[in-house]
Amino acid sequence: MRNIALFAAVGLLVAVEGFTGSWNTALGILNMGLISAILALGVNMQWGYAGLFNVGVVGFVALGGLAPVLISTPPVEGAMAAGGWRILLAMIVGIASIGLAIAINRRAAGRLRVLGILAVLIGGFFVYRAIFDPAVAAVEAINPAREGNLGGLGLPVLLAWPVGGLFAAAAAWVIGKTALGLRSDYLAIATLGIGEIIIAVMKNEDWLARGVKNVVNIPRPVPYEVELQADPGFVERAAGFGIDPVTASTVFVKLLYAGLFLAVLLALIWLSEKALNSPWGRMMRAIRDNEVAAEAMGKNVTARHLQIFILGSAVCGMAGAMIVTLDSQLTPGTYNPLRFTFLIWVMVIVGGSGNNWGAVLGGMLIWYLWIKVEPWGNALMDLVTSGMADGSALKAHLQASAAHMRLMTMGIVLLLVLRFAPRGLIPEK
Amino acid sequence: MDLVNALVALANFVLIPATAYGAQLALGALGVTLIYGILRFSNFAHGDTMALGTAFTILLTWGLQGLGISLGPLPTALLALPFAIALTGLVMLATDRSVYRFYRKKKAAPVILVIVSMGVMFVMNGITRFLIGVDEIRFADGERFLINARAFKEATGLEEGLALRSTQVLTVVTAVAVVALLFWFLNNTRTGKSMRAFSDNEDLALLSGINPERVVMYAWLIAGALATTAGVLYGLDKSFKAFTYFQLLLPIFASAIVGGLGSPLGAIAGGFLIAYSEVAFTYAFKKVLTYLLPDGMAPEGLVQLLSTDYKFAVSFAILIIVLLFKPTGLFKGKAV
Amino acid sequence: MSYLSAEAMTGGYGAADILHECTIGVDKGEIAVIVGPNGAGKSTAMKAVFGMLNLRKGRVTLGGDDITALSPQDRVAKGMAFVPQTNNVFPTMTVEENLEMGAFLRRDDIRRTMDQVYGLFPILKDKRRQNAGELSGGQRQQVAVGRALMTEPQLLMLDEPTAGVSPIVMDELFDRIIEVARTGISILMVEQNARQALEIADKGYVLVQGRNAYTDTGAALLADPEVRRTFLGG
Repeated sequence: MRNIALFAAVGLLVAVEGFTGSWNTALGILNMGLISAILALGVNMQWGYAGLFNVGVVGFVALGGLAPVLISTPPVEGAMAAGGWRILLAMIVGIASIGLAIAINRRAAGRLRVLGILAVLIGGFFVYRAIFDPAVAAVEAINPAREGNLGGLGLPVLLAWPVGGLFAAAAAWVIGKTALGLRSDYLAIATLGIGEIIIAVMKNEDWLARGVKNVVNIPRPVPYEVELQADPGFVERAAGFGIDPVTASTVFVKLLYAGLFLAVLLALIWLSEKALNSPWGRMMRAIRDNEVAAEAMGKNVTARHLQIFILGSAVCGMAGAMIVTLDSQLTPGTYNPLRFTFLIWVMVIVGGSGNNWGAVLGGMLIWYLWIKVEPWGNALMDLVTSGMADGSALKAHLQASAAHMRLMTMGIVLLLVLRFAPRGLIPEK
Repeated sequence: MDLVNALVALANFVLIPATAYGAQLALGALGVTLIYGILRFSNFAHGDTMALGTAFTILLTWGLQGLGISLGPLPTALLALPFAIALTGLVMLATDRSVYRFYRKKKAAPVILVIVSMGVMFVMNGITRFLIGVDEIRFADGERFLINARAFKEATGLEEGLALRSTQVLTVVTAVAVVALLFWFLNNTRTGKSMRAFSDNEDLALLSGINPERVVMYAWLIAGALATTAGVLYGLDKSFKAFTYFQLLLPIFASAIVGGLGSPLGAIAGGFLIAYSEVAFTYAFKKVLTYLLPDGMAPEGLVQLLSTDYKFAVSFAILIIVLLFKPTGLFKGKAV
Repeated sequence: MSYLSAEAMTGGYGAADILHECTIGVDKGEIAVIVGPNGAGKSTAMKAVFGMLNLRKGRVTLGGDDITALSPQDRVAKGMAFVPQTNNVFPTMTVEENLEMGAFLRRDDIRRTMDQVYGLFPILKDKRRQNAGELSGGQRQQVAVGRALMTEPQLLMLDEPTAGVSPIVMDELFDRIIEVARTGISILMVEQNARQALEIADKGYVLVQGRNAYTDTGAALLADPEVRRTFLGG
C-alpha cells in the first residue's frame, strides 16, 4: 500500500510538472527517469543482491552508448578497407599477447616466468602499435570533417540495446576477474579506474566513434517529429484533441520512447524478481549476508560475485545504449562520473538497496529532484538575494552559484537517508 | 655533447616534472593511507577535501593580495596555507562529528563508510563549487623560474634548455618538510605513537587506555592538513580546477594501494612510482633518442608509448598489477 | 572477601547464558588459575571479570569497590591489566614502544617500571629496538605481559599465555609469572595446560559448562582423584 502510494506520488510530481510547465518537459523527465530506474536496477543487482561496490557505472554506461553508433549508423565507405581490418588485427594481436602472458604466468615458474611475461607484453605492445597506428591514421583521414571513423553496420537501433549490454558485460568480466575476491574497497577503486579509462578511450579514439567530435543523427526506433507533422492523418487526429501539430508530434514521440523504456524496465524487473526468488537468488543473498559461512558450505563466492557483477554491468550498458538512442547522439564529453556513477548510487540507496521496486522508485524520484533542484535553487537564491542591492558582487556570486546546489543537495539527501533510513524508501523484504 | 643534451632534455621534461608531481601524489596518498590506518576505510572524499582546502587557500590569497601583502619571490598562497589548513581542519572535525562518528559508534562495515564518504564527497564538491566556481584558476604569483630555459642555454651553450620553475622546487621542499614533520610526529610524540598503536591493534590500544576519539580527531586534522598542502602545491604547480582534483583520486588511491594501504612509507614510494611511470609512459622520447642515436637513425615517430590522455591508464595498470601479484602492496599494508 | 571477587556471574554474549552462577576470587600476591574442558566458558569468565561481557546477575569487586558497571578501560585505570590470547602486541612498533603504550595513561616517570620489565624478561632489553611483529611466539608473549605490567597493575589477567609456545618456553613463562606474583600483584589466568598451571596455582577453579565444578588450592585439586581422572587424564 505504502509502496503504491510512493509510486503514485512520483507519478503525481511528473503530472504536476506537465500541468504547470509543459508536457514536453514532463515527459522528458519521465523518459530519463525510466532509464535512471534501469540503471539503478543494474547497480542494485550488484550492491543489493551481492554487496559489490561498483564505482565505475559511468564507464559501463559510456561503453553501452557506443553500441548504437557501431550497430545502427551507416558504414563509412572505405573505412574497413582503409584500415578497419588492420585495426581489428591489431586488437587480436593485443588480446593474444595478453592471453599468452596469462598462459606463461600459469605454466612457467621463477625468473623464466617474469622474463617471459615481460617479453611477450612488451613485444606484443610494439607489434600492436606498429599495426594499429597507421591503420588508425588511414581511417581517420577519411572525410574527417564528418566521418573519420569506422561507422556502423546500419542495423536497426533497437538491436544496439542488448549489444550495449554485451559490451559492458565484456568489460565487467575483465574487471571482475582481477578485482573480485579482494576486499570491497579495492573493487571500488578498480571500477573507478576502469570508468575513467573507458571514457578516456571514447574521448580520444576518433576512429571508433569520432571521440569528442561526437556522432550525431543516430537512427531512431521511432518516427521523426517532422514526418509526423507532414502526415495529414496525424495532424487531423491532433486537431481532434485540440493540440497543435508541433506539440502533438513531440509529445507523441516522447510517449513512444516512454513505452519502449517502460517495456524494457518491466521486463527487467520481472526477470530480476524471478531471479531473486529462485534458489540462485536466495544463494546470492545468503552469500551477501555471510560470505564466510557460504564459503564454508562450498559455495564459490568469487564465481557467484563475477556472475552478478557481469549481469548488473550489462544492465547499465543497456541503459547507456538507450540514453544514446533517446538523444540520437553520442557525446563522450558529457560522461561525468558524478552524474552517471554517484548519482545512480544515491538512487539505489534512497530507493532501498536490495529491493528492485525501491531501486526503480529511487531512480525516478532522484532524477526528478536532479532536474528540479536547479530551478528551485535559482528561485531560492532569488528569494535570498531579493533584499540585496542590484549589481552587488555578493548577489551576483550567490545567483551564479545556485547552479551548483544540486550536487550538494544530492550529497545531503544521501547522508540523511544513510543515517536515518538506511534501508531506503522501500526496504528489502 | 649530445649525451648531455639528451640528459638535460630528459631532466627538463621527465625527471623534474615527475618529481614535483610525485611529491604531490605522495602527500595526497599519505592522507588516504592515514585515514585508512585509523578509521579503516577508503575515503572517497579525499580528492574533494584537497579541492576545498585549496579553494580556502585561493580565497585567502586573494584577500592577502587585496591587502597588498605578498611574500616577495614566493607565492602569496604559502602565507595563506596555514590559515586554510586550520579552516580545513575545522571542516574535517565538523564532518566527523556530524557524519562519521555515528557509524563508528555503530561499528558499521567499511563499505558503508566508503558510501558515506561518497555523500561527503558530493557535499564538499558542492561547497567548493559554491565558494569558487568550476573554472580553472591560476593563483601562483611571485618569481616564476629559478632557472630559465633561455638563460640556461646561454650559460651552458647547450642546445637544450632546462627550466626549473619555482613552484616545482617549492613543492619538493615543502613535501620533504611536511613528511619529515609527520614522521617525527608519528615516531616521537606520545600522540603520534598512540596513533600508530591504534592503527596496529585497535583492541589492544583500547586496553592500554588510548582514547579512540582523540586518535580519530588527530587523524582527521592531519589528513586535512596533508590534503590542503597537497592540493595547494598541485594548484601552484599546475592550476586549480575542482573536477581535476576529483580525478586525482585515482592516482592517489593507486599510490596508497601500491605502497600498501596504511603504510606511510609505502604511500610516499607509491606516489613517486606512479608519478614517474605516468610521465615516462606519456612522454614522447623522440628528442632524447635523436640526441642519443647516431645521425640518420633518429626515430620518425614521436616514440610516445601512450598519449597523455591515457595517463590514468598508467596508474590503473600499475594498480592492477599490484592487486594481482601483491595485494598488500610493496610495503606490506594492512588490507588484503 | 578476596582482593578481586567475582560472585555468581551469570551472562553471555547473546540470548543464551554461557556463565551460570560462576564465582572467582584472587587475593593479593596470589595466583589463581581457571581450568576446564573446551567450551567450559573459561575465557568467557575472564572476560566477564574484565567487563567485556554483559552480566545479567552477579557482581565484581576489586579491593572492596564494586566495579560491575565499569567499562574495560575504566577497569584498567582501577589497576586491572589484561593480556589477550592473540593479537596482544603492536606488531609494527618496537618492543620499547609497545611497553610505552602499556604505560599510556601514566604521567609519571615510567623508566623504573620499564627496567623492572627488562629485569624480568632480559631478552626484551636486547630486542628493544626491534618490531614486536618480528619476534618469536614466546618473545611476543613476553612483550604482551610486559606491556600489561607497564600500567603497574594490582591484578594481572592472562588469557592462555602459553598457547602455542614450546614446553621449555612455557616453564620459563610460568617462572616469570610466579616472580610477578611475588611482587604482590594478583594473577588470574586461564590455562589449557591444566596440570602445569595448577602446580603453580594458589587457587584453582575448574569450570564445567559455565559453572564452578571444583574449587580448591592448586595442590589439592591436583591430588583430588576425581579431578585427576576427569580433567587431567589420570
